[in-house]
Amino acid sequence: MNLNKILKNAFLVILMGLIVTACATKKSVKTTTTTTETGSSTTKAAETQKADPIEKLDALMQGDVYIGSDTVGELASGVPDRVFFATNETILTTASRETLRKQAAWLRQNSDVTVVVEGHADERGTREYNLALGERRANAAKDYLMTYGVSSDRIKVLSYGKERPVDSGSNPLSWSKNRRSVTVKAN
Amino acid sequence: MRKKLLFIYIFIYFLKSGVSYSLVEIDITRGNLDPLPISVSPFYSDKISEKKIEGNLNIANLGLEISKVIENNLSKTGLFNTLDRESFLQKPDIAHLKPRFEDWALIKSQVLITGKVSSKIINEKDYIKIEFKLWDVLGAKMVDGFSLTTVPTNWRRVGHKISDKIYERLTGESGYFDTRIIYVAEEGPKTQRIKKLAIMDQDGFNTKYLTLGNELVLTPRFNPTNQMVTYLSYFRNMPRVYLLNIETGTQEVVGDFPGMTFAPRFSPDGKKIIMSLAKDGNSEIWVRNLETNIQEKLTDHPSIDTSPSYSPDGKFIAFNSDRSGYQQIYIMRSDGSKVKRISFGKGIYGTPVWSPRGDLIAFTKLHKGKFFIGVMRTDGTGERLLTENFYQEAPSWSPNGRIIIFYRETKTDEKGEGFSAKLWSIDLTGYNERLVQTETDASDPSWSSLLGN
Repeated sequence: MNLNKILKNAFLVILMGLIVTACATKKSVKTTTTTTETGSSTTKAAETQKADPIEKLDALMQGDVYIGSDTVGELASGVPDRVFFATNETILTTASRETLRKQAAWLRQNSDVTVVVEGHADERGTREYNLALGERRANAAKDYLMTYGVSSDRIKVLSYGKERPVDSGSNPLSWSKNRRSVTVKAN
Repeated sequence: MRKKLLFIYIFIYFLKSGVSYSLVEIDITRGNLDPLPISVSPFYSDKISEKKIEGNLNIANLGLEISKVIENNLSKTGLFNTLDRESFLQKPDIAHLKPRFEDWALIKSQVLITGKVSSKIINEKDYIKIEFKLWDVLGAKMVDGFSLTTVPTNWRRVGHKISDKIYERLTGESGYFDTRIIYVAEEGPKTQRIKKLAIMDQDGFNTKYLTLGNELVLTPRFNPTNQMVTYLSYFRNMPRVYLLNIETGTQEVVGDFPGMTFAPRFSPDGKKIIMSLAKDGNSEIWVRNLETNIQEKLTDHPSIDTSPSYSPDGKFIAFNSDRSGYQQIYIMRSDGSKVKRISFGKGIYGTPVWSPRGDLIAFTKLHKGKFFIGVMRTDGTGERLLTENFYQEAPSWSPNGRIIIFYRETKTDEKGEGFSAKLWSIDLTGYNERLVQTETDASDPSWSSLLGN
C-alpha cells in the first residue's frame, strides 16, 4: 500500500513536470509565430530557458504539433497521408496545408480514387468529446481538399476519436503523433 | 436472454418497516469511519434439501454461498464490518430459530442475519425456498425478514435481494445490489484494442459478452425502465447509435441520420434516446422518440455539443459544449431552450451525468494534467472533487445515487507498455474507492436500475 502511494506520488510529480514543460514550449512557439517580424528576440529568450530533452522534442514538435516523419505513410509516392494538429485544435498548419495540397493534386490526377479521411484525437480528453473532435479534424482536412478541387462525393470522413492511437505512449510526443487526420484510399 | 424472473413472494414482512426504533441506524451521508458490526450466520439446509440442491447446482453448501454473497455486498459498502464466522458461537439452525443474543453481543455484533434454504417441488419442477431474518442483537428481537421461492439458478440474486433488504432497513435508503453493470470489455494492445459489450452482476459475477469484438463498440447505457441498452457501434465503419435488447439479443440502428451519431442516453421514462449527431465538422444534440420515431434537433451552435444527460424528471438536459472555447457543462430545458453554462471552476469539464436523486450532476474534470471525477449542484455551485488520477472518466450513478462507478486508465511506460483500463467505484462522500473486479480490462460502465421481480 505505502509503496504504491509513493510510486503514485512520484509518478504524479513526473507527469506534472511533463505538462509544465509542454505548456512552456507551446507558449514560446505561439509568441514566435504570432510576432514573426519581432520574433527573433523572443525565440532566443525562450531557447535559453530550454533544457536538453526539450530541444530534442523541438526537432519533432512545433508548439505541440508533430512535425517529424515517424508514423507518416504515403497516400501515393511523394504524397504524405496525414496531417497533425495542436491540442484541442482543428486548425491546419502551414505544413498540413502543403501536405493536403499534394493530396489534392494527386487526387485530381487520379479521379477514380475515393478516400476516407480518418480523424483522431489524443488520449487526454473524454471519449465522446474526442469523437466530435476527430470528426471536426477530418472535416477540416476534407474542406481543404475540396477547396483544391476534389469533389465532396469522393471524400468520406470517419472519426475514431481516441480509439485508434498510432503511438501507445503517454507523453506529449506520443500524443502529438496521435492528433491527426489520415487520408486513406477507399477503393 | 436469461434469468427468468420467477420470484414468488410467499410473505414479505414478518414485521412492518419502521416499527422498531431500537435498531441501530447508519448515517450514509458522511464517510463512515465506524462501520456497523454485523454477523451473517451461514444459511442452513436440512440434509434432504442439501442433497437435492447439490444435484441441481453442483454446489455443496448453498446456504454458506448465499451468506458469502451477502457478506461481500455489505462489506464493500464500507458501512458494515462483517464479523468472521469462525467467531460465531451459535449454530446456524438454532440461531435462525431463536438466537441467544448474549452469544452475539459477546463478539460485539450489533446485527445478526440468519437464514434457511430448502428445496421444493412445484409442478414437478425444482425450486429453492430461501428464508432470512434480520435480528437486532442489542434490542434482542427480530426486526425484518422475508422468504421467497425461485428457480435454483437464481440463488445469487436472492443473496442480492436479501442484501438490499438489509441495506434498506439499516440505512433508510434503497439498495443497489440486485443490479447489473454493462460495460465495454477491452483486450489487446492500445493501438488495436478489441472491444466487446459485456454485462455482469453488480458484484462482478455472471459476466456475459454481448458482442463478438468484430467491430468497435463504445458507451453502452441502460434504459432505466427495462433491459434495453443503447450504445455506439462502428458496424460497417459507420459509427451509429444502436438499440440492443439484452434479453433477446436483437439490435437495430436508432434513427436515420446523415452522419455519425454518438453519446446516446435514454430519457428517464425510457421512451426517448438523446444523442449527438456529427456532420460537416459540427456536433449537435438530437433527441429521437422511440415510439413516434420523430427526431428533433435540440442545440444549434457551431461548437461541439455532446454527452447529453436528462434530469430524472425529464425536464432538463445537461451536456458539454466548447462554445466558450473549452469544454464546459451547460444545462438547457429538454426542448433545447434556455441554455445556461453551469461550470465555472478552473479546468475543463465534461461528461455531465444527472444523479437519479436529481440534486447533483457528476462530471469529469481535466485540470493541470489530471483527471477528476466530481459532483456539483445543478446550478453549478458546491463543486466537490471525489477522486483524481492520470486518466479517468465516464461516471455512472448507482440507482440509489450513493455511489459513482467510472473507469480509469493507466499511463504507459517509456516503451508505451503497461496500459490498462479498469472500473472503479467511489462513494458520493469521496470515501470507499474500490476496484470493481472484471474478467478483462473494462471501460464505459453503466449501472442498471434495481431489477425488480
